[in-house]
Amino acid sequence: MSNNFMKLEFASRSENESFARVAVASFVSQLDPTLNELTDIKTVISEAVTNAIIHGYDGNPDGIVTITCEIEDETVHISVEDNGRGISDLEQARQPLYTTKPELERSGMGFTIMENFMDRLEVETEPGRGTSIRMTKRIETKKALYN
Amino acid sequence: MSLQIDLHYERNMLIVRLSGELDHHTAELVKERMEEALTRPTVTHVILSLEHLHFMDSSGLGVILGRYKQVVAKGGRMVVCSVSPAVYRLFEMSGLFKILTIEENERRAVSSLEVVS
Ligand SMILES: Nc1ncnc2c1ncn2[C@@H]1O[C@H](COP(=O)(O)OP(=O)(O)OP(=O)(O)O)[C@@H](O)[C@H]1O
Ligand SMILES: [Mg+2]
Repeated sequence: MSNNFMKLEFASRSENESFARVAVASFVSQLDPTLNELTDIKTVISEAVTNAIIHGYDGNPDGIVTITCEIEDETVHISVEDNGRGISDLEQARQPLYTTKPELERSGMGFTIMENFMDRLEVETEPGRGTSIRMTKRIETKKALYN
Repeated sequence: MSLQIDLHYERNMLIVRLSGELDHHTAELVKERMEEALTRPTVTHVILSLEHLHFMDSSGLGVILGRYKQVVAKGGRMVVCSVSPAVYRLFEMSGLFKILTIEENERRAVSSLEVVS
């Protein structure tokens, strides 16, 4: 039997950020996560989608952001993709407090938050083609506490 | 609107109560409203009350740090109060908790500023 999954595609507009958080959180809810785990997932979705919108597409609302979410036993695999500008120096981009948009009051914490809140984070990016963020988290199902 | 911004003036203090969700989409509005309020000559100090803030991400860190700098440049202080554990964790991760003054609730925030002013 194949794994359960879902796929979302939406315009790169900031008003879709909360939609993306809520949609992924409600899909993940079938694993019976704790409130903290749900907050972690909402936060990382918000970080990755915001990055796609402001950095990937430079604020252009005509881009497409794609989220896929797959459940494998107690583990959730999430990917957030854009076809935007890509990242030329990934190592530097992942440093805490590093930002290329200080004038927009960015704090340079997005990657650090994603790394801290998830079990694994992989980035695939190509300048001029886009960026794909893949993240994994094991959900410590509440049910497990009673078994 | 997924974020509500409530501004309240008390002596030389501006109290800002945020309820709902602070993200990239709503941060812009917080910036605008607070920047405008900070131009009032009576406003020296700012209290940012987060009791009813249910979600925040790095966009929140950016807008809070931006207003902190603005208040300090004006010679005032900024106190953040009623911070949830989730928001506190972001403050810790970014090092913001080292520069911000954090109080348990609004009442304590007000009295901490009354001492300095
Ligand atoms: N999807 C993306 N496309 C292009 N560049 C990106 C993308 N995501 C991140 N980056 C680059 O990596 C840098 C670091 O990203 P990160 O999310 O850590 O910080 P930030 O977005 O600049 O600030 P914050 O997330 O705290 O608001 C960005 O400033 C940007 O240059
Ligand atoms: Mg970011």
